[in-house]
Amino acid sequence: MQAFAQSPVLFRALLILALLLACLASLNLGAFDISPDAWITPDSDAGRVLYQLRLPRLLLTLFAGALLGATGAAAQALFRNPLADPSLIGVSAGSALAVVSLMVLAGGWLRLHGIDLLAMPLAAFGGGLAATLLVMRLARTLSGVSVTTLLLTGMAVNAIASAGIGMLKYLADGVSLRQASFWLLGNLAVEGWLPVLVLMTIAFPVLMLLAREGRELNVLLLGVSQAQLLGVDVESLQRRLVLLCALGVGAVVAFGGLIGFVGLIVPHLVRLLCGPDNRYLLPHSALLGALFLVVADLLSRLLVAPAQLPIGILTALVGGPFFLLILLSRLNAGARHA
Amino acid sequence: MLEARQLSYGHGDARHLAPFDLTLAGGELSVVLGPNGAGKSTLLGLLSGLLRPAAGEVKLLGQPLQRYDLRQRAQHLAVLLQQQPLDFAFSVREVIAMGGYPLNLSAPEQDARIAQLAQALDLDALLARSYLTLSGGEAQRVQLARVLAQRGREPSVILLDEPLAALDLRHQHQALELLKTLVAQGYAVLCVLHDLNLAAHYADRVLLLRDGQLAYQGTVDAVMQAERLSALFEVQIERHRCDDGRPLFISRGRGDAVCG
Repeated sequence: MQAFAQSPVLFRALLILALLLACLASLNLGAFDISPDAWITPDSDAGRVLYQLRLPRLLLTLFAGALLGATGAAAQALFRNPLADPSLIGVSAGSALAVVSLMVLAGGWLRLHGIDLLAMPLAAFGGGLAATLLVMRLARTLSGVSVTTLLLTGMAVNAIASAGIGMLKYLADGVSLRQASFWLLGNLAVEGWLPVLVLMTIAFPVLMLLAREGRELNVLLLGVSQAQLLGVDVESLQRRLVLLCALGVGAVVAFGGLIGFVGLIVPHLVRLLCGPDNRYLLPHSALLGALFLVVADLLSRLLVAPAQLPIGILTALVGGPFFLLILLSRLNAGARHA
Repeated sequence: MLEARQLSYGHGDARHLAPFDLTLAGGELSVVLGPNGAGKSTLLGLLSGLLRPAAGEVKLLGQPLQRYDLRQRAQHLAVLLQQQPLDFAFSVREVIAMGGYPLNLSAPEQDARIAQLAQALDLDALLARSYLTLSGGEAQRVQLARVLAQRGREPSVILLDEPLAALDLRHQHQALELLKTLVAQGYAVLCVLHDLNLAAHYADRVLLLRDGQLAYQGTVDAVMQAERLSALFEVQIERHRCDDGRPLFISRGRGDAVCG
């Protein structure tokens, strides 16, 4: 396959074009009809829907998708394993546990003091970082990270985080319980611009810094020792990747809840179409991640309009079977090689 | 080019290596022989700087190994470890090109290296293939090509742990002939082999490892004696002479074994 392996620039141009079209569709379609006049009348009803709801939601979705796509690709290089999606290996769950803890135990206090928008991403970052370090420590063997150990460790971390979240929900009052439950299903609805600005402030440096690591990540895939012998400071590279992934995933979880499988599906598709070279994989995964999430968000608003389907349900509906397909194809390939 | 002085590893554990001196000179192909578990990979780990020695030091081009930053070191020291899985569908060309990572080669220089190595190791037809579809021997040749693509512009040091693993006879000779070409250009090459005849045919110097000790080092004639090898590998080994005067080793199996 790898139809665009020889022409990554063309692939990038097509992704950008598709993303622009998806953005236009996302702004114009929905439960509320937006006429062209709305663009020049921000004080009209349609203008307010456009400028206070749809545009910030679109940007939030766009950057969340880009972060999920790029951090998925980076996590797979870090673990040298194409199945290492942050949601599968427990990074998202670690972030979620930290955020739900904050919501249930101190949500009212944080809102009262107006620092919830800052505290949530910080907590999500801390939770994601703890989960990543735990998985890395437990799943690493002498010869690298095995798929089985990685997925089993992820399962254990997910189970622990789920138990913690269940306990917190049991303790929560009605308001916090509804807020936490809805948030956990994945929700990119947003009012106003502040969350978008915070997410963008995190997303820009994370995406830029990840994109710079492409060559080192390629070499890292040869194995930790071999990468060292090729001149890569592996420990420092791993530290940077863990921090950037936890920061990126944490930011998305803080503002969008649990949106699973994007980090698995997107880099996988990019590799199929354009090859595994991380110099291209990282920026392309960011673009395709953004496209994927913008389309998923549009569908979540249109499928049951005027209600909205939580986006996490939609990505899991696509991602679950996709994950099974990858597993089956790997099993078949393993059987052929045996 | 590479000097080890009173180098040792471990303290009586499974990967123990007793203190030894070793010099790898440019223009020499050194072959390490020894049974499984004798410490061959540990020796390479120490010489390459991957393992921290218990005592002693390694000098690369006259400078202690730890004084180099990783990238500089990689410009003068190319190392092939025993194979590790690569789970991503890079093309063969891309994998070989990764060898150029520390060298800042221009694109034409890189292409020329890949073309030369592909031709020498019979990889021309495989360059566009996905690494995941290769057989064990093909993958091994690609990894060898990658390491040789990392060799410095000026003659430098190349360490290879079982570079012939899974290679068929023709490709074994092809790989060793390529190494001899590099040796003739002034590179210092050290490789771990298991085939006594290949070692005797191609080596300028032989190192025998036994139970974590560098027991013997010297020329083929001085080191590869039948009785010594028989005792080392615990099989009966006879040494004969070919028409061209080179030694030929035949193993008769274990003395006490019953053959059908």
